[in-house]
Parts: sequence; C-alpha cells; structure tokens
Amino acid sequence: MGDIDFQAMEFAYEKHADQSALGAARHQVVVVGAGPVGLTTALDLARQGVRVVVLDDDYRLSTGSRAICFSKRTLEIWDRLGVGQRMIDKGVSWNVGKVFFREQEVWRFDLLPEPGHRRPAFINLQQYYAEGYLYEQARQEPNIDLRWKNKVAGVTQTDAGVDLSIETPEGPYALHADWLVACDGARSPVRKLIGQESHGRIFRDRFLIADVKMKADFPTERWFWFDPPFHPNQSVLLHRQPDNVWRIDFQLGWNADPVEAVKPENVLPRIRALLGPDAQFDLEWVSVYTFACERMDKFRHGRVVFAGDSAHRVSPFGARGANSGVQDAENLAWKLKLVLAGLAPETLIDSYSAEREYAADENILNSSRATDFITPKSDISRSFRNAVLNLAKTHPFARSLVNSGRLSLPATYIGSPLNTPDADAFTGRMAPGAVALDAPVSVNGEDDWWMAQLDGSFVLAVFCGNTLPDRDTQSALQALRMAPVPVKAVLVVDPQCDVAGLSADLPVVADREGCLAKRYDAQPGTAYLIRPDQHIAARWRAFNADAVAAAVKRATGHA
Amino acid sequence: MLITDTNLSSPDDFYEALIETHRDLTNEQSHELNAALILLLANHLGDMALLREALQQARASVVGS
Repeated sequence: MGDIDFQAMEFAYEKHADQSALGAARHQVVVVGAGPVGLTTALDLARQGVRVVVLDDDYRLSTGSRAICFSKRTLEIWDRLGVGQRMIDKGVSWNVGKVFFREQEVWRFDLLPEPGHRRPAFINLQQYYAEGYLYEQARQEPNIDLRWKNKVAGVTQTDAGVDLSIETPEGPYALHADWLVACDGARSPVRKLIGQESHGRIFRDRFLIADVKMKADFPTERWFWFDPPFHPNQSVLLHRQPDNVWRIDFQLGWNADPVEAVKPENVLPRIRALLGPDAQFDLEWVSVYTFACERMDKFRHGRVVFAGDSAHRVSPFGARGANSGVQDAENLAWKLKLVLAGLAPETLIDSYSAEREYAADENILNSSRATDFITPKSDISRSFRNAVLNLAKTHPFARSLVNSGRLSLPATYIGSPLNTPDADAFTGRMAPGAVALDAPVSVNGEDDWWMAQLDGSFVLAVFCGNTLPDRDTQSALQALRMAPVPVKAVLVVDPQCDVAGLSADLPVVADREGCLAKRYDAQPGTAYLIRPDQHIAARWRAFNADAVAAAVKRATGHA
Repeated sequence: MLITDTNLSSPDDFYEALIETHRDLTNEQSHELNAALILLLANHLGDMALLREALQQARASVVGS
C-alpha cells in the first residue's frame, strides 16, 4: 500500500442528529481538538468502553511536519492503543545523537544503550503521519464520534458537568458533557472561554525550520552544531524523517525578520552553506517559530480538564511537547473511565492534575535549561557554554554539562498520592510512580514483550522463579479479576519452569533472558501492581491479597 | 590526579546555579565573580599539583596543548 497524503485530506462537515435535538444532547466525554493528544485521549477512552465525542474546528490534519520526534514512551502508549506498529513501520528509528562545536565533533550519545526493549529511544515521523494513523484508528472505533468544523463557542460549568455551545456551518447547537477534555492546542480557545491563562517564560529568539527532500547519506542520528562555520554564532540541528525528508533547524536570533527569513532566496543559501553548493534538494516546508515555556496553574477546572499544549508548552529542544501531551492523555483516560463507571471518586481526576503538573514542571525545567545552554542570554553565559564545549572534546565531565536538549523521558510520579510507599527493601529504577520497563519475554513459547502484557487494566506481576504458586494462591490471584476494579494477575516464570497444570485463567510469561527480574529487582515471590497507564503503583516481596486490594484502593483515589 | 570524569551528582542543577549566579551582572562584575570563584575553589582544593594540572587543562582547552 502506498503512503496516504494526509496533508491533502479534507474532512467533510456532516450534520449530526444532536443538532436537531430539542434540548442539549448529553455525552459522558467531549474532547476538543483532533490532534495527537485529542485523538490519543479518545482512542484510550474508547478502548476502555467510554463513548467519546471529538470536536474539531478545522477540517484537516496537521499541515507541515511540525512535531517529528516521538519517544519510546509515546510508542509504548500507541502500542497499547493498537497503532504503534504503523508508526514504527513508517518512522525512522534512532538512538544516537552527535554534538559538534565549530568544526569538531565533541560528543556522541546513545539514548538507549542497552538491548531488551521492543521500541527504540525515538522515531522521527512527520506529525501528519502520526495524526493520520491515529485518525484512521479512531475512524474504525465505534465509540468515537468525530465531528469536523464543530467549533466550541461557549463553555458553562454546572454542578453536573459542562454546557457547550457549538458553532457549525449550519448554525449553532448545544451539547452537555459530563467531562470536557480540552486538547485544543497552545492557543486553547477553551482555556480562554473559561477565563484561564498559562504563565511562564517567553524566549526572545527565532528559529527557522527548513524541511528539505533530498538523497543524502548522513547517518540516522540527531546532529547538533554549536557555532558551525556554515552558520556562525548560532546553532543548527539536522534530523532525518521518512520519505527522504530532512529537518534542518537554524537558530536565527531575535532580530531576524520572520517574513524575510522564510523566503526561498533567504532559505536556500543557508541550506547550501550546510550541504554544499551543488546539493540537490527540494524545500518541503519552511517555518519560523518562537517559543515559550509556560503552563496553566491547574490542569483541572471543575469538569474541564486540559491536556497537551493547552495545558503546557515547552521549547522544542528535547522533544517534550507532543510526547508529554500523549502521556497526559493516557494518565487521564483510565481515571475518567473509573470515575464515570462510579468506581472511583471524582477527586481521582485531581491526581491527573497533580501528576501531570509535576511532569510539566520537569519538562519545562529541562527544556528551559537546554534553551539557555543553546541560546546563551549573556556574554558570560556564552563563555561558560563555549568552555564546556571545548572541555568536552577531552574531558568526560564536561560532556555531561553539554545540553543540546535533554530528550524526553517519562516522569516518575514521586510522591504521588496514588503510590503505595515501599514497605519492603528494593533497589533499582522500578519505584512506585515509575513507568514499567520493558523486557523480552515469551508467551506460550512465542517471543513477546513485557509491555504487551500491560494492556490497560491493573496488572499484578507475580515473579515465581521455578516454582508455581500453590493452589490457594492461584485461586486468590484469579479472584483479583472479579474485584470491582479488576486486576489481571500475570505469573512471571523462569524459562525452564513447568507450567503444565496451571489454570488457563492465569496468564503466564517466561522471563526468557532473565532481564525482567533483573530490571525489577525481583526474587521468587516478588509482586508488582501496575496501573492501567503502565506506571508502578506498589510492590512487595510476597503476594498478599489484602495488601493488593488496599493498593488498588489507593491507586484509584480512595485513600 | 585531577578528576575529569563526571563527579557532579546533578550536572544540570549545577550549571543552572552557575549561570543564575551571574544574573544581571555587568561583564566586568562577571569576570570578577569568576575570579573570586576560582580563588575560593582553589583554596578549598589546596593541592598545588592538582591545581597545576587544572590550570594546564584549562589553558589547553582554549589554545591547545
């Protein structure tokens, strides 16, 4: 199958029966914005059995490449939603970055230096492909009702939800949403309609994105230049995308004229300076941007919840924008589902705010620091930057100070009220609040991945070593599935463990390289409770049904 | 031996604090601050052999060795 030209797709406005209804039609969840965050939210909710209306004021997907770096964590989330493989198949996988200062390479880094992960550190993929694949997945999902050219013009909060007025080409209509999720971007109309704003820091610098199509033999790596001879005193980033498209990002400085800068006669010489005078290429997309690091003080306002750029913005260095938005979506979806099903108190949504505000602060901190390093604000700051780069050629300590972007990693929700603090001793990275790490496993003799077992329900991973749990324990583990908030127990065994005679209701995976037990600091008996969004909720050295029940209560906002 | 492997527990925290210390200073003030900082750290280190090595490495980073 050839590639679809998602940028050219136009979606027809269709009149919905709600528009002829006498009163406002009532929906459990209305999502505003059909971008990567809105579509991910809708897909996750739909898979949990929640019907979702998605409103978008436009009739097209992303124009221009825009976000291009999608992280391992984002891919794991999209894997769970059934759309990850398509992204991987089309995307360009990469793990390695190189940093140059003037003429010299000063540092090379590998973002995923260990094997045993299904997904790479990053793929590069034009935003229109990512949105296109999410859209096609959403279109097949009966629980998603996608309405183009539907613009939210009024938002009124009531005790029971949100009253919306919607404008369409055929006039206005009213909707009632129990919950409204605003994924409507950095200039969020919904945010304005409820009288809120973002606060933060605006950077006085301009950057030029030139996406060019060419045959080139640069390796599939992220290349970052400080003060290169072909673009003196500024920075340049080179990154490969699918279809032989290359992202070149030139720092221009604050005084550049954004209108002049995008004219081909001004863009082409910059590219030729990098590629050489005889380089053959076509311009795909050119854009000048400025940026801010800012966020809303609170991501939840009553029954209106903000996710993605509407809630927080970062500089592009670190690929923390779209990736953090997708992580917002998955943090919110399972919580909304439990609240709507009456299985969790409404205050569970406050934990969305708390966890994702914490993550936003981490992203803003990292992206602000990278920006300050890349674009020094004073002579002395530039001197330190250059000293670091000079020292980095020979001294390892200076390489850890070089900051061309600290690339997106998921936040560990340290101190989240949903975590059950450790009562037993553990070492390693899998503390409560962390994202579960992947590892190679096998299921029924077939090679598989650990993350694929974490399918959107609560999971209790029970490490068994070579000995299966006794009958009573097996029954207790099976019973977890019958709880109001079901928990799927998964046994993790050594490859040589005999699993014949195990109840078919208890899934079992073999830790085929011993990698899973190692990454989770597990011994036979160790149990991990993992949330629907694949974050660790609790862990113990031995399974205890009451402790699991208490941890589930806590993780669903009942503590 | 001068430690040149990473010895800071959080390099980014340190770098941010370093740049922040210079905020709103003139260039001249910044140079004097840097001089003061070097003197403070040198005194704390105390070891002349180490200091000579650091001086030499710092110079090499700008003019080659």
